[in-house]
Amino acid sequence: MEVYLDNNATTKVDPEVFKAMEPFFCHIYGNPNSLHKFGAGTHPKMVEALNYLYEGINAADADDIIITANATESINTVIKGIWIDKILNGNKNHIITSEVEHPAVTATCRFLESQGVNVTYLPVDENGTLDASLIKEHIKEETALVSIMWANNETGKIFPIKEIGAICKEAGVAFHTDATQAIGKIRVDVQACNVNYLSFSAHKFHGPKGVGGTYVQKGFELTPLLHGGEQMGGHRAGTVDVASMVGMGLAMKLATSEIALAYEENHVKKLRDKLENAILEIPETIVIGGKENRTPNTTLISFRGVEGESMLWDMNQKTIGASTGSACASEDLEANPVMNAFGSDSELAHTGVRFSLSRFNTEEEIDYAITVIKNAVNRLRNISSSYAYTPKDHVSQL
Amino acid sequence: MAKNDLISGSIWDEYSNQVIKRMDEPTHQGEITEEMAKEAGGKLIVADFGAESCGDAVRLYWVVNETTDVIVNSKFKSFGCGTAIASSDVMAELCIGKTVDEAIKITNIDVEKALRDHPDVPAVPPQKMHCSVMAYDVIKKAASTYKGVDMESLESEIIVCECARVSLATLQEVIKLNNLQTVEEVTDYTKAGAFCKSCIKPGGHEAKDIYLVDILKDVHAEMEHDKLKQAADASAAGQSSFDKMTIVQRIKLIDEVLDGEIRPMLAMDGGNMEIIDIKENTPHYDIYIRYLGACNGCASGDTGTLYAIESVLKQKVDENIRVLPI
Repeated sequence: MEVYLDNNATTKVDPEVFKAMEPFFCHIYGNPNSLHKFGAGTHPKMVEALNYLYEGINAADADDIIITANATESINTVIKGIWIDKILNGNKNHIITSEVEHPAVTATCRFLESQGVNVTYLPVDENGTLDASLIKEHIKEETALVSIMWANNETGKIFPIKEIGAICKEAGVAFHTDATQAIGKIRVDVQACNVNYLSFSAHKFHGPKGVGGTYVQKGFELTPLLHGGEQMGGHRAGTVDVASMVGMGLAMKLATSEIALAYEENHVKKLRDKLENAILEIPETIVIGGKENRTPNTTLISFRGVEGESMLWDMNQKTIGASTGSACASEDLEANPVMNAFGSDSELAHTGVRFSLSRFNTEEEIDYAITVIKNAVNRLRNISSSYAYTPKDHVSQL
Repeated sequence: MAKNDLISGSIWDEYSNQVIKRMDEPTHQGEITEEMAKEAGGKLIVADFGAESCGDAVRLYWVVNETTDVIVNSKFKSFGCGTAIASSDVMAELCIGKTVDEAIKITNIDVEKALRDHPDVPAVPPQKMHCSVMAYDVIKKAASTYKGVDMESLESEIIVCECARVSLATLQEVIKLNNLQTVEEVTDYTKAGAFCKSCIKPGGHEAKDIYLVDILKDVHAEMEHDKLKQAADASAAGQSSFDKMTIVQRIKLIDEVLDGEIRPMLAMDGGNMEIIDIKENTPHYDIYIRYLGACNGCASGDTGTLYAIESVLKQKVDENIRVLPI
């Protein structure tokens, strides 16, 4: 049995989405910017897709949703756009973000720091939660942007976006949120949360890879990252990938309907909890960041004495896919900053394994995964020097 | 950066079968107790080593025959990734039957080579070479415990790249000898920086005391200093040849010759000249000049006068000089 529990990395394309995309490769292939009927033929479906996107995040008709290649492009466009608008051409020189953002945010901010921008990286508490009052404390006259993720990719922790939006609105500071891990898992409403900019990526909610979007509230600027043609109202040049746009639109519709979100909250969460509770029966395992206020599909577990990559290896031998922030498993060998941000226990950075489910997981898969995980922990702890010889105060520290 | 670097693949695909086998079924994993050591007729040595940066840790057990210093048994426990477990397993195996002094000579390179399926194909991807270093370090720790000495005393050289075991002295010598200009060249010559890349510059996987970029900079500063000193010493001793001179010394010498031999001649016709630049154009030295006063625009500036200036400089300074009026 193959069990995919790495849905925060990417998801499989919903077969219905794939079916909707198919005609746009060989049958309805005209350039949407062309005047002839081949080009014009794509428009109705593009309009429909855009409508689904607007409905999915509750954007107003007056607002913009710019189609990009992914959330990374969207995030870069927003942050670098702010740099150009407010920092290079204005008198503001400060950005606020958190220590646990996706590298698309932190690496962009690090780049801007090299260009002279001041960036404040707010810490999370021991539960991986961001205190919204920190934003208020750190906003100053020079602050050009606050960029805080809606939900964390490692822990699933949901950040207080509504409070942050209100704080930013009151202070007159632009607010951007990376909602990549939130859409399709919880309700995302840009109007209710005073969001000015929002980024998302289709492949995180069973859409295709290579397409994402940027929400821009009416009245807020977006300097293009890609200059060229007049596509996307001049905000993002390049021929629109109609098939991907159609796929993303339908995926958004399927993932954000009341029924879909209720399914996440009930069925997916039930499976996640079943997996989590079974794992927690293994001695000296903990949920990193605790169980409160998370997306329903994610659990980040520390198995004391079991290094993350070893655990992934053993699970992979039994065709189960999950993820770890352990330094050993990454291409650049740097431990995941989200793991390090918890700070109190360095072992967490190396023993955390993330299980992220989707609506396509079944109860049989979870039963199989539980058996495999228990066997793997047992084998690896038998080899582990850390498990055998270090004090067992792992749980009490958290 | 090259074609192969553009799409990073799974690091697991680059593990040898040996690594996979030892990861799945390590044969020397386990503990040795005092009683077991006694039964085997030896002294129990237990050593711990941890790589702070990646959080890996290993505990090594030896049973050492105190009469012969031979390691009669060796086992390990390891907290780490597949490569760390496999490296620890082969490391424990390599120790068995060796004396403690022989075991100290086992490097991480030996460990990695023992894990290869084919002699020419690395057992692990470059960034995983780092995991085998821990195995090397724990042997030193065990040996220092057995000998009752500091671990540092067993390392005579300063190792800059632990993955490739390249010392500071070797790097300094190779850079100087080959006049290497870039880190890529240093890596091509020595393999330093080819694996986990931590030693190239700050900000990598592991913090280092010294980095290749700094060594390169320091050695070049030292080479430049040596060159200047040689030029100054040679000049003071009156033994300086044109090719060994600094640019300032060259301009000074040429100006002296011009003042003595050429300018008085030009002044008689109300003219003068100045040096604009000197460029090395091996094997030539191209001296760019500009005529001043009456010489500026004079027809012989490109013929007779030019020939006279170049001849004098060739004769008095260096035969490879070419004079080019602008």
